[in-house]
Amino acid sequence: MAEGITNEYWRWPEGTWTNPNIDWKKGKIIAAGVDVGSVSSQVVVVVDSELYSFGNTRTGYDSPDSARKAMHRALKETDLVLENIDYCIGTGYGRVNVPMAQRTITEIACHARGANFMYGPEVRTVMDMGGQDCKAINCDEKGKVLNFMMNDKCAAGTGRGMEVFADLIRVPVWEIGPRSFQIDKEPPMISSTCVVFAKSEVVGLLEQGVPENDIMAAYCAAMAHRIMELLNRLGVHEKFVITGGIAKNEGVVKRLEKELGIKTAEKKWYRPEYKDYPFDTQIAGALGAALFAEAMLKRGKTQSVRKA
Amino acid sequence: MRAYYGSKDGSGDWFITIDTDACTGCGACVEVCPARALEVGEDEYDPMSEALVAGVKDAMRKKVRYACAPCQPGYGEKPPPCIAVCEPGAISHSEAWQQSYGKT
Repeated sequence: MAEGITNEYWRWPEGTWTNPNIDWKKGKIIAAGVDVGSVSSQVVVVVDSELYSFGNTRTGYDSPDSARKAMHRALKETDLVLENIDYCIGTGYGRVNVPMAQRTITEIACHARGANFMYGPEVRTVMDMGGQDCKAINCDEKGKVLNFMMNDKCAAGTGRGMEVFADLIRVPVWEIGPRSFQIDKEPPMISSTCVVFAKSEVVGLLEQGVPENDIMAAYCAAMAHRIMELLNRLGVHEKFVITGGIAKNEGVVKRLEKELGIKTAEKKWYRPEYKDYPFDTQIAGALGAALFAEAMLKRGKTQSVRKA
Repeated sequence: MRAYYGSKDGSGDWFITIDTDACTGCGACVEVCPARALEVGEDEYDPMSEALVAGVKDAMRKKVRYACAPCQPGYGEKPPPCIAVCEPGAISHSEAWQQSYGKT
C-alpha cells in the first residue's frame, strides 16, 4: 500500500534573492512588506526605495508562521534582523495575522503600487491572479487605484485551481504552460467553471484517452476565458500587466492575450538598472506594501519602530 | 476611485458603488442606512490619503445583496435613503435589484 515517494505536482519553486549592490547599513529607511496570501507568502525589503531582498514561500495552515517563514527567507542571506526594520506593513488575505506588521493595507492598493514599481508608470490595468481569487485593478500613473473588480474566494480560474489540476493529471505545475502548446489543434475549453466539476470533466477526458497536452490546453483556455470575463466588465487599458503566480503560466497568459486582443507587458523591470535582477510576478503585493511603508514614514504619517 | 461593494453571480451584479473622490466623508448616509451597513473611515484603497470616506462595513460586504434589498425598487422607498441623502451624489446601486424585483 505504501508507495514510498509520493510526488506533489502542485509544488511550485520557492524563491529568495538579495540585492548584492546595496549595503543596508548605509540606508536611511528600511521598510518591509509582508503579503500572506491563501497559497503563497512573500516578504520584500526595500532600502531607500531600492529593492533589497525578497523571499517567496508557500503559505501553510498557520498564517503567522507563514509570515515568519517568508521573513526568514528574505533575511537569511543578509545580516539584517527584524529589529533593524523601520516599518512593516502586512497585506493579503492573512494580513490581520502578521505578527511583525505594524499596520495593514488591502492587497488591492498594494498590487497596484507594486506593479507600478515593477512595470513602470504606464501601467493602467493590473490583473492579480492570486491563489484564491483574481482581481482586476485600474490604476493611474502613480499606482493609485481607480477602480477594481474581484471574484471572491472561488478556486475557479485561480492559482489553487491550477495546482489541483496539476496534481490530478500528474504534471508539475510549471510544465503546464509550455506543454499546453504542444498540441496539433486547440481543443474545446473545459466547460465547467467550478474546479470540482472541472476536475470530474478532466477525469472524463482522461478516460476517453484525450492526450494530456490537449487537456492542459483546454484547462488553460478555460481559465483565460474566465479571467477575460472579469476584465471585460472592468475595462482593460494598456499597459496591461498580470501579477501573481498565474502570470508565470504562459499557457494562460498567451490565450488571454489572444482573447482580449491586448498584449501583456513584457515581464521585466521598468528601471534599466534592475535588468539583471530576478523578476518574480508574485512579489508585487509585498513590494507595494514595503513602498507604502516607506512613503508613510517619509510623509510623517507614522513613526519608525526600529530597535537596532 | 469607484469602490464596489457586493458580489456578482449568474443572477446579476449586486453592488453598492461609492465614488471616493466625490465623497466628503460627512457621514449622512451612515445615519440613514436602516441596515447599518455603512461606515466612515480611512480610504483603504488609497492609504496615503488623509481624507475620510464612506464605505460598506467589512462584515456586510458579502451580504449587500440581501442587506440592501429592503431599500430597493419593488420593496422600499425610492430612491434608497443613502442615495437620497448624499449631497455630492457619490453613492449608486447596481441594476440587478431593479431588474429582478422592480416593476416593469
